[in-house]
Amino acid sequence: MDSSSKFFRLLSHAILLALTLCCVMPLVLLIMSSITSERSLVAYGYSLFPKEFSLDAYRYLWTSRDKILRAYGMTIFVTTVGTLINVALTTLIAYPLSRKTLPGRNAIAFFIFFTMLFNGGMIPSYLMWTQYFHIKDTVFGLIVPTLLLNAFQVIIMRTYFSTNLPVEIIEAAKIDGAGEFNILAKIVLPLSTPIITTVALLSGLAYWNDWLNGLYYLIERTDLFTIQNLLNRIIANADFLNNNQNNQFLSMGFTVPSIGVRMAIAVIALIPILVVYPIFQRGFVKGIVVGGVKG
Amino acid sequence: MREVRRHLPLYAMMLPGLLYILINNYLPLIGLQIAFKKFNYALGVFSSHWVGLKNFTFLIKTSDAWVIFRNTLGYNALFIVLGTIFSIAIAIFLNEIRQRAIRQVYQTAILVPFLISYVVVSYIAFAFLSPTNGTINNSILRPLGLPAVSWYTEPAYWPYILVIVNIWKTFGYSSIIYFATIVGIDKTLYEAAYVDGANTREQIRYVTLPMLKPAVITLTLLSIGRIFYSDFGLFYQVPMNTGLLYQATNTIDTYVYRGLLELNDIGRSSAAGFMQSVLGFLMVFSANEIVKKIEKDNALF
Repeated sequence: MDSSSKFFRLLSHAILLALTLCCVMPLVLLIMSSITSERSLVAYGYSLFPKEFSLDAYRYLWTSRDKILRAYGMTIFVTTVGTLINVALTTLIAYPLSRKTLPGRNAIAFFIFFTMLFNGGMIPSYLMWTQYFHIKDTVFGLIVPTLLLNAFQVIIMRTYFSTNLPVEIIEAAKIDGAGEFNILAKIVLPLSTPIITTVALLSGLAYWNDWLNGLYYLIERTDLFTIQNLLNRIIANADFLNNNQNNQFLSMGFTVPSIGVRMAIAVIALIPILVVYPIFQRGFVKGIVVGGVKG
Repeated sequence: MREVRRHLPLYAMMLPGLLYILINNYLPLIGLQIAFKKFNYALGVFSSHWVGLKNFTFLIKTSDAWVIFRNTLGYNALFIVLGTIFSIAIAIFLNEIRQRAIRQVYQTAILVPFLISYVVVSYIAFAFLSPTNGTINNSILRPLGLPAVSWYTEPAYWPYILVIVNIWKTFGYSSIIYFATIVGIDKTLYEAAYVDGANTREQIRYVTLPMLKPAVITLTLLSIGRIFYSDFGLFYQVPMNTGLLYQATNTIDTYVYRGLLELNDIGRSSAAGFMQSVLGFLMVFSANEIVKKIEKDNALF
């Protein structure tokens, strides 16, 4: 084993280790900053090594918990409903497209994939959704635009079906008299859990992290904000959380720990993803590979 | 015709999805005409008055036009070049790691930035760059005796900041794709190279990189097709929509957004959006034609 390749291996480890730290350290900074006392933050700034710990930021957020819990509820609702519909629609399109005998298959595929090349842009979409479909300030504004179906996911699902569904099984089922919907439900779906999981994960992540729909379409109804929208509003204006009637924190004479509060709420938005990620990490990587390599 | 009748249930399945695509993606195309009109909310898209190319000439006369096109194209070019080189390098390093468990750890870690929304990223950036409380000013510059920098008022720093943030956020995803491609390379090619006396560096140069070419071409092609589009989160959220930084952070997408929802100036914004759509399409088409001439198999269509 020559020394240059040993050196290269060590170098690889070193670089990847450094990168791992770079990727993870900012999150740790966020978490550490959220549990640092306000005094320490003012004196020393946000730091990985707080001089003084304090949970005041979280205590303050607890007093505003209705807004936060509401936003969380919206995020969970929108993500769940959106992802379910997305996966359903994607499957219902991708499966027939994978069936080689379908007349007009290529034309329909082109219809879908063309959307990846050319779109009308923000203004026509915005005007259409608000002036003609009236989804401004409604829950639909969070779920329907853009995220409900996208061509990329259709491609990877179709590819999966094309390469993993044995035509013979489908033929056999048809000879046995099974209808198409039956075939889909009883044969195709059970065989497709990996790709369905992948699409669900990608779609779920997109919905969870989405803040654009809320930014565009929620103007008056701030009670429909998702957690991301809430964060968005707050970074400009920490007072947004203030609800003076309910705020015993303020009335008790404490000052609002606004510097630490920002970090705390970012942590709260981040935690679910970080918790869920290790569980689904395998699925994510697989999905990326399937999408990127074969797509 | 009988074939169509036989497949009717399959068409029925596709109907809802196709309907959505029609509405979400194709219907707005009708709205592209707004770029040639003086839009009036009361009159709507169809009754607003035609003004020919006035929106476009108006747009081109502004200094904004140059800034947003320069920024959009410039940043994207940087992202594509730097991002690709970086991701390929990381993929090659990943391939050097023999212990599967450790490699999994690295893979898991580098994907973490991908999971974070740009809103949270803007908070992280704020934690570093805040003029009074930021980590850089307080924990790095101050101990070194250097003066604090007012990051959010100096456009000059932002090309660097935005490139770093963009690469940080996206390299994990691309690296994994390239890594998966490398894993698929036939091992006998490496053995043959080794027998021919190639060391590690030469093996990378003569086996790994050529075999990566199709994947690189495909991904780069896709990126070039998007060269007129920018990531709204990166350019709006991370700089926290600060006007002083517009020279360095304004892109076509942020310009259109601001025109529509902040300044209520639809004319110039719709012209910019129109140019974006048309030019973007031409880009993908041309890029694809070029690739067809070079390596026929790698073209998208």
